Amino acid sequence: MYTSRTRRRTRVEPRSRVPSRARILRRIISGSGVYGGLAFFLIIMLFPFYYMLVTSIKPDAEIYDMSQFPLIVKEPTLFQYQYLLEKTHFLLWLKNSAVVATVSTVISLTLGTIAAYALARLHFKGNQPLGLSVYITYLVPTSLLFLPLAYVIRQIGLFDNPIALMITYPTFLVPFCTWLLMGYFKAVPRELEECAMVDGCTRFHAFRAIVLPIILPGLVSAGLFAFTLSWNEFLYALTLTQSYAVKTLPVGIVSQLVLGDVYFWGSLMAAAILGSVPIAIIYSFFLEYYVKGMTAGAVKG
Amino acid sequence: MNVSVVHSEKKNFFQSFSVWLDKDSRLGPLMIAPAAILLIALIGYPFLSAIYLGFTDRVIARAETGNFIWLKNYIELLQDTIFQKTVVNTFNYAFTAVFFKLVLGMLMALVLDRVTVFKNLFRGVMLLPWIMPTSLSVLGWLWMFSPQFSVLNRLLLDAGILQEKIIWLGSPFWAMFSVQLVNIWRGIPFFGISLLAGMQTIPQDLYEAAEIDGANSWRKFWTITIPLLMPVTTVVTLFSIVQTFADFQVVYVLTRGGPVNSTHLFATLTYQTAILGGELGKGAAISLFMFPVLVIAVILQLRYLQRQD
Repeated sequence: MYTSRTRRRTRVEPRSRVPSRARILRRIISGSGVYGGLAFFLIIMLFPFYYMLVTSIKPDAEIYDMSQFPLIVKEPTLFQYQYLLEKTHFLLWLKNSAVVATVSTVISLTLGTIAAYALARLHFKGNQPLGLSVYITYLVPTSLLFLPLAYVIRQIGLFDNPIALMITYPTFLVPFCTWLLMGYFKAVPRELEECAMVDGCTRFHAFRAIVLPIILPGLVSAGLFAFTLSWNEFLYALTLTQSYAVKTLPVGIVSQLVLGDVYFWGSLMAAAILGSVPIAIIYSFFLEYYVKGMTAGAVKG
Repeated sequence: MNVSVVHSEKKNFFQSFSVWLDKDSRLGPLMIAPAAILLIALIGYPFLSAIYLGFTDRVIARAETGNFIWLKNYIELLQDTIFQKTVVNTFNYAFTAVFFKLVLGMLMALVLDRVTVFKNLFRGVMLLPWIMPTSLSVLGWLWMFSPQFSVLNRLLLDAGILQEKIIWLGSPFWAMFSVQLVNIWRGIPFFGISLLAGMQTIPQDLYEAAEIDGANSWRKFWTITIPLLMPVTTVVTLFSIVQTFADFQVVYVLTRGGPVNSTHLFATLTYQTAILGGELGKGAAISLFMFPVLVIAVILQLRYLQRQD
């Protein structure tokens, strides 16, 4: 057994030192396979965005000209954007979205952080089942609950009021933040708080002054996620609001910019692009956090 | 004199309060309480009212309704052809889409794992369909599926792949195909990036050892990558099944459940029945049909996580 292994090894070594022609060829093929695959995925993932962008900078005459190749633009114009900003309620919806997303993020981050700390660190009765139920509520899709939620929101008189969104968004954001932050809290060594508590700190003070600064990356990550999730939310905003003045951006664009069966594709695409810009900006600055946050649950699970 | 006594008592009270609080069994529940109250009020209570509504004939703005009718909603739904079609659609939509998302996501992860230049840039760009507001990117797809101006038709015709144009959202078959296509497009990066993160936790020396033993890439993939990636794959897949099963936006924006109710999912049929049609009782019953699948997925996931521990 031993001899056969050494023999095999001696056979491998010269081959790796002097690459044979077949080996070089194989490397080139697998390399082109990788970059071919990369190109394939890049085109598929990005094509819709490219086409939306191109459409949004075309004049109407070019958009509806069947003889022109659709992927190019001959006379780029900002007309569609100008129309969108001047003739529609786009800016109002942008403001609504910003307010709703900010308030619900702050609420969720606050509630989520203190709950996560308690679940991750404190020993008390019911800790385990509570942690489990947070995980389960994290899995509940919004479409299971939008109907009874609309019923309850009407009962308490908040229908068609932005406050309805600010209090319902935390129902999916709090479980999410709690779950994400529990991981961060568990990674902080217990000794840090214990030292502070030996020195006379209370538990809550140790949490606030020592642990919170350490998990700042987690808070940033959870906050960004919460903000993007609220910004993108559609179903609750669609069912809990009615008048154009309180609509959020996605619902406003989808339900109000289409007049009957008439689609103004140019300005619709401009709206879709501009409505995604805040998310793209957040995302480009915090990509690292974002990917880490997204995969944290999956990898740890 | 008097004042200072009161003052010191006050201080004592606060001190003793914070000492009283400084115990896990008291501080813990107090820190959980705000989140718990919110979730009970806006998840627990609505959920219970959905169960109750499902047993009633409640219709919006009609006072004489709201009578308890036992299982009548459920029985009527099971005999309803649109509902039967919706059940088939939802399972078809969820399982087809998740299957392709898993396979293509795995492929994407393998590709990204081997790319050595501009790694972060490519990863970031690939995630765009997943992070951009879904309703807005689906609006882009609606334009690409336009009956008159569809860019997809144009490109496929020019390339000679199609002989005549497809009315993407106009026939039941192509409409279902289209909504699945968009869901898959949006979900691939989620699988891709999650599986990639999983792949990178696999120790390199396993692959090196396999190479020394003469294993080729295919064999390495099946005997090392796949088994070690199982935990991530299972969690991500179950999560995606639940999300896809309960999807709303793609179908709502593209077809609103049409043509002739052929692409309805549970969520869009609930919306049409209860919000547009006002039949709260029946709508609640439809949405509750989603519940068993959710329960099964959660149980499987929890079991799996426990076994991993």
